[in-house]
Amino acid sequence: MSWGSFGNFLHMGGYALYVWGSYGVAALCIAAELGTLARRWRAAQRRP
Amino acid sequence: MTTESYPLGAQAGSHGNWLMKYAAPQAFFPLAGKMIPWFGTLAALLGAAGLYVGFFVAPTDFQQGEVYRIIFIHVAASWMSMFIYVVMAGWAALGLVLNTRLSGMMASALAPTGAMFTFVALWSGALWGKPTWGTWWVWDARLTSELILLFLYFGFIALTTAIDDPRRADRAGALLAIVGVINIPIIYFSVQWWNTLHQGASVSLTKSPSMATTMLTGMLLMALAAWMYSIAVALWRVRSIILERERDAAWVRELRGQE
Repeated sequence: MSWGSFGNFLHMGGYALYVWGSYGVAALCIAAELGTLARRWRAAQRRP
Repeated sequence: MTTESYPLGAQAGSHGNWLMKYAAPQAFFPLAGKMIPWFGTLAALLGAAGLYVGFFVAPTDFQQGEVYRIIFIHVAASWMSMFIYVVMAGWAALGLVLNTRLSGMMASALAPTGAMFTFVALWSGALWGKPTWGTWWVWDARLTSELILLFLYFGFIALTTAIDDPRRADRAGALLAIVGVINIPIIYFSVQWWNTLHQGASVSLTKSPSMATTMLTGMLLMALAAWMYSIAVALWRVRSIILERERDAAWVRELRGQE
C-alpha cells in the first residue's frame, strides 16, 4: 500500500474525520486509562 | 517453594500447591509485577505491527475505500469488550465458589478496561456507520446489545464501589457479572438471529475469512495487541487493588518500609 505523500495518508481518501476520529479517541481512552491507573498506583503505594 | 503457610495447597498435591500459592494476594503481587513489563512490551510491539500492516500494507477496500481501515481498531476493541466480560464473570464465579480474595480483585481489575474497549467499539462503530450506512446509530440488535454491555460494566463498577466492605462488594458484583453473561452470546449471534445493519462475522472458525490476507493479518495483530494490553493493565490495576485492600497487612507494611 503506497500513499504517495503524507498529505494523501492524512486525507484517508476523504474519510480522515472518521478514520482519525476512531483512532484518536481510542488513543485518548488508552492514555486516560493509563493516566488514572498511574495515579491510583502511586496513591496506593503512599497510603499509610 | 514453601508450603508451610499454605495448608490448602499442601493437601492438593504439587499442581495445587502452585495454584494455591499464587491465589494468595501477597504471593501474586510480586509475580504480577514481574509480568507487567513483558505484556506491556508485547502490546506495544504488536500494536505497532498491527497499525503498520493496517495502514501501510493492507490494500484499499474496493467497496468502502479507505474508511474500512477503522476495522483494525473496531474489531479488536469489540472482541476484547466481550472477552473481558467473560473472563471477568469467570473470576467472579470462581470467587463465589472458592471464596478466594484474589478472584474478586481480578474481576474488579478487569471491569474498567472492558468498559473502555466497549466504548471504543461503540465510538469507532458510529464513525464507521455514518459514511457506510448513512447513520451514526441505529437501535438494532448488535448495536443495542453492545450498548447494554457498556451499561453492565458501568453497573458492575458502580455496584462494587458503592459497597464499603470489599468482600460483600465482590459477591454483589459477582452476581451482576454472572447474570450479565447472557448478553455476550446475544451480542455475538445478534447478526444471525435478527435483521441488522451490522454485517455478519468476517472471521469464523468454520469457513475461510471473507477478506484479504493482509487485512486479516492487521486485524489479528491488533486483536493480539489488545489482549496483551488488557493483561498488562489488569495486572497493574490488581496490584493497586491488593495494596489498597491489604494496606494494614504486615507484608504490605514491610514492603512499604523497604521503599
